[in-house]
Amino acid sequence: MHIVVLVKPVPDTASSGERLGPDGRLDRAAVPAVVNANDEYALEAALKLVEAHGGEVTIVSMATAGATDTMRKALAMGATRGVLVTDDALAGADHVTTVKVLAAALSGLEYDLVLAGADTSDGQGGVVGAGVAVLTGLPYLSYAAKIEPDPDARQVRVRRISPTGYDVLEAALPALVVCTQALGEPRYPSLKGIMAARSKEIVTRSLADLGIEAGSVGGAVATTALVGSEAPPPRAATRVVREAPDAAAREIVAFLAERRII
Amino acid sequence: MLQEAVRVLADERIAPRAAEIDRTAEFPWDVKELLASHDILGLPFPVEYGGLGGELLTVALAVEQISRVCATSGLILAVQELGALPLLLAGTDEQKQRWFPDLAAGRTLIAFALTEAEAGSDAASARTRGVRDGDDWIIEGSKRFISQGSVADLIAVFATTETNEKTPRHERMTCFIVERGMAGFGVDRIEHKMGIRGSPTAELSFHGVRVPDANRVGEPGTGFGIAMRTLDRSRPGIAAQAVGIAQGALDVAASYASERRQFGRPIAEFQMIQAMLADMDAGTEAARQLLYKACTEIDAGSRDAARWSAMCKLVAGDNAMRVTTDAVQVLGGYGYIDEFPVERMMRDAKITQLYEGTQQIQRLVIARALAGRGG
Repeated sequence: MHIVVLVKPVPDTASSGERLGPDGRLDRAAVPAVVNANDEYALEAALKLVEAHGGEVTIVSMATAGATDTMRKALAMGATRGVLVTDDALAGADHVTTVKVLAAALSGLEYDLVLAGADTSDGQGGVVGAGVAVLTGLPYLSYAAKIEPDPDARQVRVRRISPTGYDVLEAALPALVVCTQALGEPRYPSLKGIMAARSKEIVTRSLADLGIEAGSVGGAVATTALVGSEAPPPRAATRVVREAPDAAAREIVAFLAERRII
Repeated sequence: MLQEAVRVLADERIAPRAAEIDRTAEFPWDVKELLASHDILGLPFPVEYGGLGGELLTVALAVEQISRVCATSGLILAVQELGALPLLLAGTDEQKQRWFPDLAAGRTLIAFALTEAEAGSDAASARTRGVRDGDDWIIEGSKRFISQGSVADLIAVFATTETNEKTPRHERMTCFIVERGMAGFGVDRIEHKMGIRGSPTAELSFHGVRVPDANRVGEPGTGFGIAMRTLDRSRPGIAAQAVGIAQGALDVAASYASERRQFGRPIAEFQMIQAMLADMDAGTEAARQLLYKACTEIDAGSRDAARWSAMCKLVAGDNAMRVTTDAVQVLGGYGYIDEFPVERMMRDAKITQLYEGTQQIQRLVIARALAGRGG
């Protein structure tokens, strides 16, 4: 089985070094990047699937040229190779551009499954997976808690989380699956994985390589615009309940009831 | 990424054991297993023999991160590299096939036995003899101050095999791999040491140990050269241990200084403390950068390897001694008791000025390299 995982390098929120550039956008160069946490769940699911069924995992990213360092971490977890689409014309890209570019990048690859995270910690749109499925014409299976491919029958079965439990979806391969944390904790890269990742291939593709005209994507044609950005207000004073469990429970319930939260 | 992975492992799994390892002075088999299970002991070995194919710099980064929390544990990796270097440099493919997979997986340990009671800095005067007997060699003599000599499965032993006075002194030694179970091999005693107390330092005896010629590393008479080339590549491991110890002590001192209050404020606000911490930080960073530079130079095949390795061990060892001593000073009375780790780090630091060539020998090596350039 060949699986492609869509992986986005995002600013590390744990670094607490976020700052806004003059255009009001996040200054990505000032913050160390990490693999988007929800994408790590997708990657973990992909790695488990190839361990069970054989095959390879390719990660695909659209990011700045420096993203290869972050992609190496995904390779250290066990992915086979990476494809990075990077181009100056992509600055200020919105979700539509991201979808177009990732769909174009997929057209040059062979795969049975495409896995994506539910959303990203920076953009938080949660629409890229669905958009890529539309443009590529792949069956779209969302919010997967379990993925069971049958490569011989060219079928995949997915448990989709629903408000009351889960739905069982089936589709023909190749298909696109949006993954959730229910698939299992991502692994830490082993030392062997880290050392092996140093020599793994990351192919870089420009817009021209993908046959996309520079003017048709990026900030200039973005359908969303940044109108302003503000830091979140500092957190209000915290009240810590230190009573014994019984008394503490009563106090918390009273607190919530008072505010009509429960 | 590798540095980060080893750092987390060291902080979470090794640091909590460090004080106990020092107190009991017992070899930490659990830490050896931990390093093995995370493939850390495989770092110095080529990929084709089951290792991870790490360069000197990679091994140094790992040794540094482990030594930051426990110098004894950092030494496990450094000694595994040290003992294996004669085989890496001069071993046959067959010998590597035979021993490296187990060493890389950490199933076996290897030690390096050059020093003798009467042959320390003057290593070429070793009295341990190796005499050819048919297809075998008979080894007779003893070795002293052998790190992990009592826990190793294999010992790289250097013995004088040529007694002809006309042969230059540096062409009289041969390197052999002695296996732990061989008849006549024994551990005579374990030293009681000031520092790195969990790392057993052994006196080894060889009473007519019969070693097959297949265990000979390199040609007869090339042993001294192999030992010196080994030390050129292993000294950065000791420098890495020293940088790690210094960083560990600095971390403790800096955090203590910001929490300890005297005269109504943290002592970190007093200039005399600030100056000490600043010097500790600058010295440690300088030693670290020299170490990394030495590793990349030696990895790149520098003809100046002896000089680079001697310089980084000299600077890092002296820095570690100074920084750990100052860390004890910053902690005052608390630095002198075992409630804090800096007294242990100070005791551990001292060895980095002594082994794999004393600091005096490092200066000699550097001076010789200078002279060799024709001045």
